[in-house]
Amino acid sequence: MMSVTNHKWRKAKNNFMQSLTFACAILVVLPLVLVFYHLVVSGIGAINWNFFTQLPKPTGELGGGMANAIVGTFILLGIAACIGVPIGVLGGVYLAEYGSKLNWWVRFAADVVNGVPSITWGMVVFALLVVPLPEPFRGTTSAFDPQTGVLTVLDRSGESHDFTVNDSTRLHLGGDGKVNSLPKGTDVIVKFHRGAGGVSVADSVGSAGLWRVFMTNLLHLHNSVSGFSALAGGLVLGLMMIPLVMRTTEEVLHLVPTGYREAALALGISKSRMIVQIVIRTALKGIVTGVLLALARVAGETAPLLFTAFGNQGWMYKVTDPVAALPLQIFSYAISPYGDWNRQAWAGALVLLTMVLVINIGVRVMTRDRFQAKG
Amino acid sequence: MKSDRFLPLFVLLVLSDCDAMAEKEDKSGERGLKTFSGPHYADRLFKWLTLLMALSVFLLIGLIGWELAQGAGPAMRQFGWRFLTSSDWNPPEEQFGALPFIFGTVVSAIIALLIAVPISIATAVYLTELAPRWLRQPLTMFIELLAAVPSVILGLWGIFVMIPWLRDHLYPGIQKVFGFLPLFQGSISGYGMLTGGIIIAIMIIPIITSVSREILRSVPGLQREAAYALGATRWEVTRIAVLSYARKGLFGAVILGLGRALGETMAVTMVIGNAPQISKSLFAPGYTLASVVANEFSEATSDMHLSALFELGLVLLGVTVLVNIIAQILLKTFAGPGVKPQH
Repeated sequence: MMSVTNHKWRKAKNNFMQSLTFACAILVVLPLVLVFYHLVVSGIGAINWNFFTQLPKPTGELGGGMANAIVGTFILLGIAACIGVPIGVLGGVYLAEYGSKLNWWVRFAADVVNGVPSITWGMVVFALLVVPLPEPFRGTTSAFDPQTGVLTVLDRSGESHDFTVNDSTRLHLGGDGKVNSLPKGTDVIVKFHRGAGGVSVADSVGSAGLWRVFMTNLLHLHNSVSGFSALAGGLVLGLMMIPLVMRTTEEVLHLVPTGYREAALALGISKSRMIVQIVIRTALKGIVTGVLLALARVAGETAPLLFTAFGNQGWMYKVTDPVAALPLQIFSYAISPYGDWNRQAWAGALVLLTMVLVINIGVRVMTRDRFQAKG
Repeated sequence: MKSDRFLPLFVLLVLSDCDAMAEKEDKSGERGLKTFSGPHYADRLFKWLTLLMALSVFLLIGLIGWELAQGAGPAMRQFGWRFLTSSDWNPPEEQFGALPFIFGTVVSAIIALLIAVPISIATAVYLTELAPRWLRQPLTMFIELLAAVPSVILGLWGIFVMIPWLRDHLYPGIQKVFGFLPLFQGSISGYGMLTGGIIIAIMIIPIITSVSREILRSVPGLQREAAYALGATRWEVTRIAVLSYARKGLFGAVILGLGRALGETMAVTMVIGNAPQISKSLFAPGYTLASVVANEFSEATSDMHLSALFELGLVLLGVTVLVNIIAQILLKTFAGPGVKPQH
């Protein structure tokens, strides 16, 4: 039986839920408004010409700016774009234009990679580029002491190197695979990894075939760069961009009408040229949008830069130097006990957030009419 | 055998396999065309290139797992499973136990979900079902902008605005009312587990909201119309026709938020207090897996310390990847290929 009171009750409940969900929506928007308000109020005072043109002052001195951090952030983003954009865009092209049974898996993997915490990315690049390791080298064996496990290898300039060979050392040798069976004067390659206690242990000792020489040089190229560097920082951000750019590129390419492709192919153009000259060109604006959004996202990343770019109180002169970045500077100033630094942290945050929001709002306004069908 | 040698080989294998697969398609479709236009070497090269780039995501997953496992090796050999159950974290003494960090990560993520889930889903419902049409677009954009706020900025705001307010107003109030519970006892510094949970909640609300919104939007209109036809009010339509239909997808959105909550680093590091302890009180400082790595990694005192931090990273990676896989499966099987979670 549906009585009048029941109807009124249902109406009231409807109104109540409507107001409740509205209140939740306001609650969600509130932090953004508050953050922006406080950034402006606390940060605007510290923003002046010096802030954009001067280096940070030493601890305790007033004044100084974040010029190096602002430039550093752009350098990092430049390196990141060099790595993330080609890989992401071409991967997206494969997903949208060729595709195979792999597509589902690639998308799945990209979404999972996208959810990997940024700090673990930092650890990976730290292990790849920052940890100093001796470079792998080629030489000939000269002696082995089975008691201590020390192997002596003469490198090509005749200098002798001693290594500890232990259980975790991988041996790629002829014969029975034991070191003591190693004939004197065998041509070998020695690679290293970090062992417990900071001693570099010979990671693998192997007879130097052509393939092994090639792979060793290829895979250990990175050992020539070590220590905190702009290169490492840019690499982290670039790797993080790959899944983002790949997914947005794919989405944007799907928006290009099939008729364009058919028309191009009908004129006898090859598929790759059709993709580059017709599809990508048509979707260029959307691809650029995706790239900018990805850049805006990684521009604020702090955690992975802590132990790759590391931060720098001065300018960087080579890409193998540590480099300052706005988020790093904000972090170290925010947790410092000095009032002036805290104030500068607010100013830096205001600059960074303005940058990020301008990109975000800008691309939305730019592409509003074009991709309305999608949103 | 060192497996990094075989990675390129593996990729080559996969490549040639896919090429064979693609060739099969080519033969069926474009045989006539091919005789005229030759073998298309440049064409094939381009295709291979794009395929290689698409496959790079698998390489990335492999790379992350491999490097972290490699780094964690010494600690794993030294401590074994004890690493996960010991709560003693003492770098100078070379004692490493991950329990306080696992505890902190899980508890702060649970707090964050308790706060974020009802608010986000209610907001998503409001945005798709109940809000007046003119309000939907600007509100959605606001929420997307909130998602773009860098973690470190939220942390800064947390330290200087949120913590003083919580310490002086909200927490004493909570303690007055619920002080009989051990959860809300002890001294209030403002830095603590609950604060960490709140800041994570602010960070994951936009993600859960926008994914939930996509899910709700993909509910077929017929569902709603059928319920309206029976005379249901707007809220009843939402509850009966929309929410129950979208349950699986919404669950996926929540799990996705959980993945982000577990891995959130900077903002949490700045407000959680960073003390490796397991405390009953939510006001007491805690520590998470991600924060301890952020704080100690570049200043690791010994190789074993570094290796232990790598193992913490490996634990974090394992958990977040697992959670993300579950979330993606839920989202993809709910919505088919059309709906994609936003970043």
